[in-house]
Amino acid sequence: MYPMKLQSSAAPRASRRDFLKFTALAGAGLVIGVRLGAGAARAAGEAPNFTPFIRIGADSTVTVLSKHLDKGQGSATGLATLVAEELDATWEQTRVEFAPANAELYKNLLFGIQGTGGSTAIANSFEQYRRAGATARVMLIQAASKRWAAPQSEITVSQGIVKHTSGKTATFGELADHAAQTAVPETVTLKTPDQWVHIGKTFPRLDTYNKTIGAPDTFGMDVHLDDMLVAVLARAPKWGGTVKSVDASAAREVRGVVDILQIPQGVVVLADKTWPAIRGREELKIEWDFSNAESRSTRQLEAEYKAMADREGITFRSDGDAAAALSGAATVIEGTYSFPYLAHAPMEPLDITILFRDGKATLWTGSQLQTLDQGTAAAVLGIEPQDVAIHTLWAGGSFGRRAIYDAHYAGEAAAIAKAWGKPQPIKLVYTREDDIRGGYYRPMYVHKIRAGVDANGRLTAWHHRVVGQSLMIGTAFEGFAVHEGVDETSVEGIKDATYAIPNIRGEVHNTNVGVPVLWWRSVGHTHTAYAMETMIDRAAKAAGRDPLDFRLEHLAGDARKTGVLKLVAEKANWGAPLPAGRWRGIAVQKSFNSYVAEIAEVSRRANGTFKVEKVWCAIDCGVPVNPDNIRAQMEGGIGYGLGAILRNEITLTGGTVDQDNFDSYEPLRIDEMPDIEVHIVPSAEAPTGVGEPGVPPIGPAVANAIFAATGEMPEELPLTRKGLA
Amino acid sequence: MVRFKVNGAQRSVDVDGGTPLLWVLRDDLKLTGTKFGCGIASCGACTVYVDGEPVRSCQTFAEDVEGASITTIEGLAGKEAEAIRAAWRELDVPQCGYCQSGQMMSAASLLSDTPKPTDDDIDVAMGGNVCRCATYHRIRAAIHRAADILEG
Repeated sequence: MYPMKLQSSAAPRASRRDFLKFTALAGAGLVIGVRLGAGAARAAGEAPNFTPFIRIGADSTVTVLSKHLDKGQGSATGLATLVAEELDATWEQTRVEFAPANAELYKNLLFGIQGTGGSTAIANSFEQYRRAGATARVMLIQAASKRWAAPQSEITVSQGIVKHTSGKTATFGELADHAAQTAVPETVTLKTPDQWVHIGKTFPRLDTYNKTIGAPDTFGMDVHLDDMLVAVLARAPKWGGTVKSVDASAAREVRGVVDILQIPQGVVVLADKTWPAIRGREELKIEWDFSNAESRSTRQLEAEYKAMADREGITFRSDGDAAAALSGAATVIEGTYSFPYLAHAPMEPLDITILFRDGKATLWTGSQLQTLDQGTAAAVLGIEPQDVAIHTLWAGGSFGRRAIYDAHYAGEAAAIAKAWGKPQPIKLVYTREDDIRGGYYRPMYVHKIRAGVDANGRLTAWHHRVVGQSLMIGTAFEGFAVHEGVDETSVEGIKDATYAIPNIRGEVHNTNVGVPVLWWRSVGHTHTAYAMETMIDRAAKAAGRDPLDFRLEHLAGDARKTGVLKLVAEKANWGAPLPAGRWRGIAVQKSFNSYVAEIAEVSRRANGTFKVEKVWCAIDCGVPVNPDNIRAQMEGGIGYGLGAILRNEITLTGGTVDQDNFDSYEPLRIDEMPDIEVHIVPSAEAPTGVGEPGVPPIGPAVANAIFAATGEMPEELPLTRKGLA
Repeated sequence: MVRFKVNGAQRSVDVDGGTPLLWVLRDDLKLTGTKFGCGIASCGACTVYVDGEPVRSCQTFAEDVEGASITTIEGLAGKEAEAIRAAWRELDVPQCGYCQSGQMMSAASLLSDTPKPTDDDIDVAMGGNVCRCATYHRIRAAIHRAADILEG
């Protein structure tokens, strides 16, 4: 049906048939450690060491079931690397696909539910997936031992082949059926790092092949099922608005429109295909009731936030006596920063396909928090969560957008399926306008900071106020992340800052705004790193010190932070004279337990705007599981963060979003992507995150370079606001 | 009824003339390798060739392609395309991958016109293709690598 070859043994299988048979695995060769379908839950109860992460086919293909969504960050390849390592599989025989929704089997060990986020995919799976691989390996050896009537001690596994000392060999496929029937070992011994052949090396991503041929059924947007309808939803143009009246007569005239439905979230156009659904929505005449809607402008919100920043907030950190130290400081530096709302704008707008039939629902989507998507759809449909199956697909980006505390788009899809009432698949599609105007933004924030430096050039005091919406208050995660009114994600990076400052006071104001907000790649660090690291440069200048030296002097107790600072400085040759018209800035941040330092070198165009020419990056993320993917994530994180600080902001006028597509919310383009050099600190520490930690330092590194050029620190983002970009 | 060739095969579809080619390809012909990113020709995810020239299929309409020959990522072939694919795989360019069909269509077209492109050539030819994962650094490197492959 499709003209391209799907012959790469490393590629995930992608034919339509395989896709639809996702969970119908009976007879699909051997399933080691997992008997899916009805057996999966039972197996988990009976055998605690059971590992539902690996399937081995009669053709020796090792399929790793990724419990995590891969939205570009490379975690699926990372998890497969861990299994291949302990199983002693070859990379060529290793594949990956997404696990079904089953929190008991596939929960994120740090979340307690099935979900991906917080740069935890490798961190929480590092032992689990290696154990799975080691378990399967022992079971293959057990099967070989029986077949050859030889003791297990005489049998080894190497590069996908099981060998006996006599010279006899067997492939995984030959042993798989037998192996699955052997006892699951109670304990397994993992390799020591010196035995690793996959971890720490670079192997090609398992999804690259399909992503270079336009393979079908890769992304949620690609789902086509028999008899499927496409839905688009007209949502209120202000949050809190509701439908007063609808005139759908013109919409119904659009060829291909099947029906117009009303659900609590708005008005649905159902059509036989996507374009008529979009066209039909344009013809809807809806009168909205905005009496309970959020109708403030961002300009007004910013003024309110700045006024709040002058008042005492909820204390989140109190070391020494900051007020007294500030009054006694030789120099006091002040900064008031404004950060805008930001849309995630993943390349693939949100989409989800639902089939509700006979009291059971199936979802096809790039599900990032499967357990919440499942639970939300179930609640809307009045069924049990286990009666909602999810086919997780590769996601065309997320940056946090698909990890939604209220699973709103799964809820919308369920409401549409319920309202339609027929057992027919429906794909809900967001247009780019729906995405940009749809909320769930990185919140607006104002930071107000006063820092004191003594006569010896040491920081003595730091008073830091943060004003903005909490991500967690009012969500299912509140108990997890909010303590005495302090949302950890509002203040991370300040509360745990390790600069040796004897007197620190941190306060936060949680604002009450009707705009839904959400974590955005690197969460609180998107703004706290900027505020902290630019103030450090201002303090360094006040102290008459070099920004790198000043940091090292105040970070003596933080070996990993100083480690990345020294590495990046060495690679960039920090301190060497620069050509005329070039300036540099440096910044460092610990986020998601990884340490990243970046140096940005900028030039200035004739029109006064700045161009980022080159970025050097050093990361310490513990054991580097796949170094090339770490480099890719640093490159991408730098580009993602840079686009935002240069020119992205969501503004509201009277409660309505002013931007609507890539022309008014313009992403970074190739001509503005700097050259990037990434250096990875060799480490034996447990692996930590890489998806997000590349983002936080880029904003302050660029701002500090501009500060070096102009003597003025950019306090308002994006930089376009003051003509700097 | 609109008739045209897609990847060498004659096709006919019963759609309104104002239907964007993007949706004809994706929904009528089930050629989903061509992606929907913005709908306003601002991101390049929907790039296809019409009679050999790259266009944004979200702003190209069914009535405009009557009798035309269309190439999508599924049918992208030839020595430039093979060099691009090889370089993309060698450098592991894609992250989420959603924009990469359009990126590769634009890149292969660039190489057809300019076998040894400079960085400025790349900026111009690829400026209309957005990648939110910001794989631009590798896209640039992969285009240079593909040019080297072509040179032999």
